[in-house]
Amino acid sequence: MDILSYFANVDWVEIWQATNDTMVMLFISLAFIILLGLPLGVVLFLFSPRQMFEHKKVYAVLATIVNIVRSVPFIILLIVMIPITVLITGTSLGVAGAIPPLVVGTTPFFARLVETALREVDRGIIEATQSMGATTRQIIFKAVLPEAMPGIIAAITVTAITLVSYTAMAGVVGAGGLGDLSIRFGYQRFQTDVMIVTVVLLVILVQVLQMIGDKLVVHFSRK
Amino acid sequence: MIEFQNVHKTYRVAGRDIPALNPTSLTIEDGQVFGLIGHSGAGKSTMLRLINRLEEPSGGKIVVDGEDVTAFDSNQLRRFRQQVGMIFQHFNLLASKTVADNVALPLVLAGELSRGEIDKRVTELLARVGLSEHARKYPAQLSGGQKQRVGIARALSTNPKILLCDEATSALDPQTTASVLQLLAEINRELKLTIVLITHEMDVIRRVCDRVAVMDAGQIVELGPVAEVFLHPQHATTKRFVQEDEQVDENEQRDDFAHVPGRIVRLTFQGCATYAPLLGTVARETGVDYSILAGRIDRIKDIPYGQLTLALIGGDMEAAFARFTAADVHMEVLR
Repeated sequence: MDILSYFANVDWVEIWQATNDTMVMLFISLAFIILLGLPLGVVLFLFSPRQMFEHKKVYAVLATIVNIVRSVPFIILLIVMIPITVLITGTSLGVAGAIPPLVVGTTPFFARLVETALREVDRGIIEATQSMGATTRQIIFKAVLPEAMPGIIAAITVTAITLVSYTAMAGVVGAGGLGDLSIRFGYQRFQTDVMIVTVVLLVILVQVLQMIGDKLVVHFSRK
Repeated sequence: MIEFQNVHKTYRVAGRDIPALNPTSLTIEDGQVFGLIGHSGAGKSTMLRLINRLEEPSGGKIVVDGEDVTAFDSNQLRRFRQQVGMIFQHFNLLASKTVADNVALPLVLAGELSRGEIDKRVTELLARVGLSEHARKYPAQLSGGQKQRVGIARALSTNPKILLCDEATSALDPQTTASVLQLLAEINRELKLTIVLITHEMDVIRRVCDRVAVMDAGQIVELGPVAEVFLHPQHATTKRFVQEDEQVDENEQRDDFAHVPGRIVRLTFQGCATYAPLLGTVARETGVDYSILAGRIDRIKDIPYGQLTLALIGGDMEAAFARFTAADVHMEVLR
C-alpha cells in the first residue's frame, strides 16, 4: 500500500508517451544506423590492411572521418547538428529532431563494430571462396557476411543499448522520451518517484534488448 | 598438364624482398598424383597457390592445358578457378551453412545450374564421400575427417580437372588420414583427376603419390617417381624425410651394427621381387649365412616393396653379391 501511494503522483499517461517516444527514436534510428553503418563497415573492412581492396590512403581517410565523428561528445554533436537536422526533418525538436543526430553519432561506432566482426572471419574462408572463383561481391555476400552474422548481431545489440542512453541525452534538445522525462521531473523538479519509474523502465528496456540479442547470437552461431 | 616455366616469387616484407620460391620449372602430367614435400617455409605452399593464382608470381609463366594462367584477366581467372578444386588443412568450411550448402557453394557462385540440378549434384557428391546422412548438419557437428570429406565434396562439385590439396591431412589423426588419402586415391583413379598435394609427411607421399618433388629453401632439390625418391634418396633433406617416416636414426643404427661380424648390405625389392624367396636360395647356393638387422615391407601407392639390411657371413661372398645384383633387387654394400 505504501509503495503504491509513493507513486500516486506519477503521471502514467506521460510515462507511456515517453516510453513510446524512446521506442520510436530507438528503432527508427537503429534502422538507419544499420542501413548506413553496415555498408560503411564492409567498406572499412575491404580497404583495411591485408584485405581484398587493401589501400592505405582510402582507409586512412575513412578511418579519420569515422574517428572524428566518434570523438565528438554526443551532447556537442546534438547542438552542432541542429541546422542540418532542421534541413532534413524540418524541426530540431521532438522525436524527429533527435533521429538525425542519433544516426550520425552512432553510425561510425556501429561501422567500426561491423568492421571488427568481419575481421573475425577466418582468412581461410575468404581464401577458399576465392579458390572457387568467387567475385569480391560474392565473397562478401555469400561468405563473409553470413559467417560474421553472430558478430554483427552482437554489434547491433551493443549499438541499440548505446542508443538508449543517447536518446536520454537527446532530451537536451527537447527530444522527449524516458531519459528526458527523468531529467525534467526527477532532476529538475525533485520528483524522485518519476525518476525511479523511468530508470526502471530503461533498465527493463536494456535487459530485453540484451536478451533478444543474445538469443539471436546463439541462434546464428552454428557452433 | 601443369607447367611451371621459370616461375619465381618474392615477398616484400618491411621494404626487403624475401625470396619464397627461386626460379623453378616443373611439369605435372595429367591424371597424376603429384606430391610436394618440404618443411614449413620451404616454398611448397607458395608453389601450390601459384597454380590457381591465390599467390601472384613475381616472374615466369604457369601454363595449364596449354593456357597461360599468368596472363588471365580477372574474368578468365575466375572461370579457370572454377575448374580447379582446392582443399585445406583447416577445411575452411562455412560454419554458418549446412554440409549440403557448403558443398553447393561453388555451384551457386558459378551460377550455371538451376537449384534442382545443384541439389541433385550435391546428393551425388555427398554419397561419393560417404556423408549422405549428414547433409543437414552444420560443420561444427562433424569430426575432422568428416569435415575434410565435406571439403573434398565441395572441391569436386564443379567437376574440376585439377585438385589442389593444402596439407589436407595434417590436422587429422593417423587413421582418419589413411581414410582421407584412400578417398583421394579413389577420386584420382575414377575421375582421372590431376591431384597436386603438399605435405610435410613422407607417409602421405608414399601412400598416394605417383611423383614427388622435395623442396628446401625455396627450390626443388629432388624430383622423380615416388619409389625412386623414397627408396634411394639422394639429397640430405629427402633422406631426413625418409628417416622420419621410418623412424630410423642412421647414426644410432651404425653404432648398433658395429658389433655385428661380416659384411653389411641393404637390399631393396620392388614389385613381384618383394615376395620372391631370394634370400634362402642365395644362402643355399653360395653357403653365405645371413641375419636380418633391420627391415621393412610395405607399399608405395600400389607397389609392394621391401628394404632389408642384412649381415652376411661365410661362404662365397662374391658369388652372393653377384646373385643379388643379377636378381631384380637393388643392392647397396654398407660395410
